[in-house]
Amino acid sequence: MSAAGLSVGVQTAPAAPPTKRRHLSPGRIALYAAGVVLVISVLRVVTGANDIASSGAIAAAIGLAVPIGLAGLGGLWSERAGVVNIGLEGMMILGTWGAAFCAIEWGAWAGIIGGIIGGVVGGVIHAVATVVFGVDHIVSGVALNIIGAGLAKYLAARFFTGMQGGGPTQSPPLPNLPTVSLPGISDALGELEQKHIFFISDLAGIIRGLVTNVSVLTIIAVLLFVATAWILWRSAFGLRLRSCGESPVAAESLGINVYKYKFLAVLVSGGLAGLGGGFLALVAANVYRDGQTGGRGYIGLAAMIFGNWRPGGLMAGAGLFGYTDAIQLRGGGATVHALLLLLAVLLLAIGIWQIVRNKRMVQGGLAIVTAVLTGIWYAVTETVPSELVGITPYLTTLLVLAFASQRLRMPAADGQVYRKGEGH
Amino acid sequence: MTALSPRRILLTLAGPVLALLVAFVVTSLVLVAVGDPVGDVWSSLLSKPLPRQMVNIVNAASVFYLSAIAVAIGFRMNLFNIGVDGQYRVAVFAAAVFAGQAWLPGILNVIVAILIAILCGGLWAGIAAWLKVKRGVSEVISTIMLNAIATGLVSWLLGKVRDTSGSGSNVTNTKEIPDSSKLEGLALVPGAANKVYTLILLAAVVGFLYWFVLGKTRFGYDLRATGMSETAAVASGVKVPRMVVSAMLLSGGVAGLVGMPLLFGQDFSYGTTFQAGLGFSGIAIALLGRNNPVGIAFAALLWAYLEQQSNGLQIKADVSPELVNIIQGVILFAVVIAYELIRRADIRLEQARVARELAAQRGSAPVEEGAQA
Repeated sequence: MSAAGLSVGVQTAPAAPPTKRRHLSPGRIALYAAGVVLVISVLRVVTGANDIASSGAIAAAIGLAVPIGLAGLGGLWSERAGVVNIGLEGMMILGTWGAAFCAIEWGAWAGIIGGIIGGVVGGVIHAVATVVFGVDHIVSGVALNIIGAGLAKYLAARFFTGMQGGGPTQSPPLPNLPTVSLPGISDALGELEQKHIFFISDLAGIIRGLVTNVSVLTIIAVLLFVATAWILWRSAFGLRLRSCGESPVAAESLGINVYKYKFLAVLVSGGLAGLGGGFLALVAANVYRDGQTGGRGYIGLAAMIFGNWRPGGLMAGAGLFGYTDAIQLRGGGATVHALLLLLAVLLLAIGIWQIVRNKRMVQGGLAIVTAVLTGIWYAVTETVPSELVGITPYLTTLLVLAFASQRLRMPAADGQVYRKGEGH
Repeated sequence: MTALSPRRILLTLAGPVLALLVAFVVTSLVLVAVGDPVGDVWSSLLSKPLPRQMVNIVNAASVFYLSAIAVAIGFRMNLFNIGVDGQYRVAVFAAAVFAGQAWLPGILNVIVAILIAILCGGLWAGIAAWLKVKRGVSEVISTIMLNAIATGLVSWLLGKVRDTSGSGSNVTNTKEIPDSSKLEGLALVPGAANKVYTLILLAAVVGFLYWFVLGKTRFGYDLRATGMSETAAVASGVKVPRMVVSAMLLSGGVAGLVGMPLLFGQDFSYGTTFQAGLGFSGIAIALLGRNNPVGIAFAALLWAYLEQQSNGLQIKADVSPELVNIIQGVILFAVVIAYELIRRADIRLEQARVARELAAQRGSAPVEEGAQA
């Protein structure tokens, strides 16, 4: 029962070394961003779904993307060191309780610390089991999710019962964390947004969503992303940590204490996931509630895989999943309905590209058929049921895995149990 | 490998016993740290269940058992079917919709509905199998995603087919199955007003088939061989992709059965209140029972006992019943760690024994071997 599982006898050819590293210059990123905004503007005008790029939708999307992103970031740390972490959900749950408890006792800022500590407790359990005792990573993760959910509910019932406004499954309202807005700009952008001018208003809406009433915890999360990218890919420490995930035996032969790096990585992973849980309690809901995470740890894991075990891709994945979540919560069946048209056009383009350029008839044909079906769905319905909107992140990840699994590359020794001195 | 040496029996039993002890100690520590009454909690949890509660325990255990067997089929060949949750949800929904239509009379309705459940559970697991074999997607990830997709899909479909004939518009379950298809249950426990699910027989049959097919047939041998050493299995002519698909379909088919005792013995329809999360309990129970059909039965009874006894915690000790999840989680951690340590100790003891025997052989016949070294 190894987390790495069966290889199904398929010989996976080692990926060809990239001939040239694609480096995204700031100019090119801006170009891509402008392209996305343009597409969204066209879509808004064609379908008339005005909520698609409103500042409200963007702000909500950010609020929902942050916990997913933090959980995914936690997954990134641990999996880059070679420890599969499906215990993210349990760590997040511990984070929600820790944040709520500390926020009530010592104020909102202490809540942030509390969330981190809650997650780190989960990280310690996972690290002791997987790194020290060499237990299978998936087994440990499953057990952690059971313990995390049980512990948080038990502690919530123990401490929040009898508090003013609290109960056995819910905490009293938590103190607020400060939010930041860019003064002046926000209102000006708001006026611009209301005019519904093609492209300009959409851009204004998006920027307004990005700069208005941003929680400090969101800013901290963005900084953590930057810090992670720098530490893991630009520092000697990060290189060593990643070497433990690629080939622990090689790392050991270079004198790296693999246990230490793996242990540390799982602790950081727990802290980040716990902070994600803390965000849910402190910022998103302003209260602790049983079952608050609602599987966001798993979505974080999905976002990380969607992002190919890299911070940039993870951020895009978290943004995408947060956006679909936000649209759903804003009762945006009509907005998702508009996105169906985009999906149909995209699939059509992919299908034609596959047939014309790659001569892949089956895949291209499949894509075109799906595109036509999606188009029909768009044409004959007015809205998309909210239950189906909710499964979008999972379905997207499954499709990405199904159609691009050859391009995804997880750390080579991810999920394998490592014992010191046993590499021969 | 001698099958049943005293050392092996001792080592096999040492794991679960150690795990229970550790769980007892850790939970007591948590209780002390938080300031809850330790004595009251244990006296409540360890009190003798009433006949009615015994029936509940056996009933819950039969459902856990099916779930754990489904997981264990995958485990035996190194496949991690985390998707039992989604598989039984899809299956029980389909079976409930079919049985609710009452197209067939009485017991025939039950049998066909069960076959439909097997088919649906298998097909849902088949998606993960296809993705693994054809696209190289890890079944761990795909089944997690499929669980969530199953939840969304079923709740959407439930909205479409929910029973609107009865009272008001806020009904959230499928049409109830006809009275002739409701299974009355078996009066196994004397003195209890309630009855054991008839479909506990299904669990027994599945347990027997699991033992027989995996232990006594060529197919089972191939499956276990693939789990132990994929390369060796390939060398002996096993087609691994085909084995993955069959194991996953089997696992999903059994997962489809998980909801059946509940559907025909208790709920009589599928609704939002239908018991969820049984798949994850199944993982824990399969691990605790070491994939052994008898071991899993004991583990399932233990799990069911804890869940049943937790109901009294709130009243008798003023402690949230969720405490039981902590106990279960700690047992699971302790048992897998214990098995891992025991496995290593076993290897060391085995090596020592072989070394001793070799040394003894060499001592009795000191030939040229010594000169070579």
